[in-house]
Amino acid sequence: MKMQSAWEIAEGVRKGSISAVEIVEEFFERIERHDKEIRAFITVSKDSAIQQAKEIEKKRREKKLGRLAGVPIAVKDNICTRGIETTCASKILKGYIPPYDATAVRMLKEEGAVIIGKTNLDEFGMGSSTEFSAFFATKNPRNLNHVPGGSSGGSAAAVAKGLSAVALGTDTGGSIRCPSAFCGVVGVKPTYGLVSRYGLIAYANTLEQIGPIANNVIDAALLLSCIAGHDPHDSTSIGENKDYTKLNSSAKKLKIGVPKQYFEEGTQKAVSDAVWRAIKKLEGEGAEVEEIDLKSVGYALASYYIIAMSEASSNLARYDGLRYGFQDSSGARDWSTLFSKDRKAGFGFEVKKRIMLGTFALSAGYFDAYYLKAQKVRNLIIQEFQRAFKKFDVLIGPTMPTTAFKLGEKTVDPLAMYMSDCDTVPANLAGIPAASIPCGSSNGLPIGLQIMAAPFEEGKILNVAKTLEDILGVYAE
Amino acid sequence: MKDDLGLKIGLEVHCQLTVLKTKLFCSCPSNYRGEDPNTNICEVCTGMPGTLPVLNEKAVEAAVKIALALDCKISESMNFFRKNYFYPDLPKNFQITQYDKAGGSPIAKEGLVETIAGIIRIRRIQLEEDPGKLSYEGTIVSSPISLVDYNRAGVALVEIVTEPDLKSPKHAREFLQKLRSILEHIGVCDGSLEGAMRCDANVSLFGGKRVEVKNISSFKEVERALNFEITRQKTMANVAKAEGMETRHWDDVRRVTVTLRVKEAEEDYRYFPEPDLVPITISKEYVADIRKRMPELPDGRKARFVKQHAISEEIAGALVGEKLLADIFEESLKVYMAPKLLGSWLAIDILGYLNRSEKTLADMKFKPKDLAELAKKVEKKKLTENTAKSVVIKAIEQGTSTFEFAKEGAAITDEKSIMDAVKEVFEANPKAVEDAKSDPKAINFLMGQLMKATKGRADHELARKTIEEAIAAGS
Repeated sequence: MKMQSAWEIAEGVRKGSISAVEIVEEFFERIERHDKEIRAFITVSKDSAIQQAKEIEKKRREKKLGRLAGVPIAVKDNICTRGIETTCASKILKGYIPPYDATAVRMLKEEGAVIIGKTNLDEFGMGSSTEFSAFFATKNPRNLNHVPGGSSGGSAAAVAKGLSAVALGTDTGGSIRCPSAFCGVVGVKPTYGLVSRYGLIAYANTLEQIGPIANNVIDAALLLSCIAGHDPHDSTSIGENKDYTKLNSSAKKLKIGVPKQYFEEGTQKAVSDAVWRAIKKLEGEGAEVEEIDLKSVGYALASYYIIAMSEASSNLARYDGLRYGFQDSSGARDWSTLFSKDRKAGFGFEVKKRIMLGTFALSAGYFDAYYLKAQKVRNLIIQEFQRAFKKFDVLIGPTMPTTAFKLGEKTVDPLAMYMSDCDTVPANLAGIPAASIPCGSSNGLPIGLQIMAAPFEEGKILNVAKTLEDILGVYAE
Repeated sequence: MKDDLGLKIGLEVHCQLTVLKTKLFCSCPSNYRGEDPNTNICEVCTGMPGTLPVLNEKAVEAAVKIALALDCKISESMNFFRKNYFYPDLPKNFQITQYDKAGGSPIAKEGLVETIAGIIRIRRIQLEEDPGKLSYEGTIVSSPISLVDYNRAGVALVEIVTEPDLKSPKHAREFLQKLRSILEHIGVCDGSLEGAMRCDANVSLFGGKRVEVKNISSFKEVERALNFEITRQKTMANVAKAEGMETRHWDDVRRVTVTLRVKEAEEDYRYFPEPDLVPITISKEYVADIRKRMPELPDGRKARFVKQHAISEEIAGALVGEKLLADIFEESLKVYMAPKLLGSWLAIDILGYLNRSEKTLADMKFKPKDLAELAKKVEKKKLTENTAKSVVIKAIEQGTSTFEFAKEGAAITDEKSIMDAVKEVFEANPKAVEDAKSDPKAINFLMGQLMKATKGRADHELARKTIEEAIAAGS
């Protein structure tokens, strides 16, 4: 059966041709059928979802339905949902039920979206494969032997498999775009500040954003329209509330820059070829294409990991077992022993490693050489992108250098795992918007194409994405 | 003392901005006093996962007022830093504060406060959040458990850091008193509230290592704690034990400092810019606008008192040492203009009593106008000054809002009664009367006897005059 888009569901629910309760139940049936295999969800919130759907039915009679009426949505489990357990895929937050909704979640609910569950991730978002979840690994629905990417692997896999119409992910260094590329769906990392971070459980505050994951461009645009805008609870949010769904599918006179660093060694030929084929198609539609040299991008990965880990070491200090979450039961007689035991047993290896490295980078005597230097590199990257966007409307390259790797393939080689983020982290450091859309496949595994633009130019990105989608079609197995 | 010992004292004073309605980064009430533990909290001030701080802009205004009052240079742009350390009263295990290194810019620096014993330079002032509060069963050392109350967590604090310019424990107390009065005059911190002003002291002797004493909760305690610490460090020096850098805790029950933690080196708080808050611009116009609205400060008020009411510098200085005291003075003058009398009652008698006892001005339940009425009676000779002062002290002691005069307490001011009393005293002391004719000192003795007989109620001037005339008439 053909899957309905979020756009179609909302329209049907508003018109009365689709029952919100029925559509939600349909998705739960799919979850029951497929999620044993995929394992996209940590928590399924069926009771509250059905309740929400019933209320939407009631509201229909009053004709007060929002833009996402009855649309089932999966939320990454590092975004707070009031009354629904939110774990960050960490043992340390097992059982934690937030007393409030993240601003993005609240906005979605106000538009009538139905939260069907919380999706799996690498613990606290620290990973690129969703294998570092403390609970279980999620599998790539396109090939179960492969990873779905990460850290929003659960959200991307759920959308790709049709277990949810759309999903929220978060992107600190590529965590929306990587799994979107690996699973063959559309993912958008908005400009830093466009979407409120209130309720997003922080990994690295200056880098991360909540964003949409969808099966098609218009659904992603719709979801983005519903969560963008300034939030008084987030001092770093500066976005405008805008409608991104008025898309213009045309590449005429579009100036495309293609950073050559994005095609250098380490990038699979199949990936390079698929991305270039897509770029040529856009050229055929009237776009002007030119290669560009982004030198500072070569330092992005090192800068990114230092900043992300430094911020994480401080953000994750609050998990001491005193107020919420996991407590080691063996008992302790003093404060240091108490919180050390809780953290030792509550955090996974990857998280501990990043806390240690971040603590080191912020320590007296190392601060200048690591944290401050990383910030300087970051400024260079920002400037380089600013220069690039004076000339180009968008920059296009691969989202990931490879297609989805095999489960277990990179967990033994942490550096290789970190290296796979090389094409996504520059956008986070620069705070610019970036999206991944499917542009082909290799051996049955999807290939993602990345589009980047200047701050708050999500509209340009979505137009290019829509143009490509119209040419290439929605990803199909 | 400074020269002998190489004594260096610097203070870090934490002042809660009690004028604010809400905490520094969330909308919980800033007045946590009297609430049940852990009820004055929300997801932000308890650092729940995913929450973000939002700066209370009124706190910036209050801190700018403090900076102006202390003659500080105000930063054109300020930012917040995280100070990372694990402690159970810190919900996030870091404190959002300000920093003056690594690109940090606190709200203001380089100010000064003038005291009688000299100028004290202010190194910097910064905005930060108050931690929660730990309670123990008994003392910090012996208690088997610690309880945490987060009601206070997130309350806006201004930390004022001095240079090591304080000359003695007494000087430290004087400085704090002055600071408190300044803060009360600009109306940002009510120092009379428990814990609204707290202070850590850094002390070193003989060029030794700096010892930090924490947990000092009142100005009397500052003097005590510093005196103890100086004696302790002297003793250690005498037994030739070198001081290591350490942090000590003032135990106000046992009145000793005890080791809290020994510092191997400067503690590493891994300061870095708070990523969830943006830098704040403090424009010249903004500061100028606040400057325009600055109220009279203690020094200005003191000068005005001296000029306007012709009272002494000392009395005026004592009056403005506590805003409430100066307010009572001015309120009472509105009812009856007797600045010398009222000034000395308030600055000498009442303040003296308060310093000796554990009472404060808050225990004074009668109104300034009552005090003025009393002064009027004294000046109209309906009451002796001694009686007036003793009923005032008694009213404070007993917390009553009215004055109670003993039945026989009214002043004796009519000549006949005085004359009768003088006759009685003369009859009882013939020898002294005789002596007085040649020795004026004996008159003093007779005066004493007269006051004793009238229980101090006889009008002083009239009594002396009557005695002198009677002696002269008899000789």
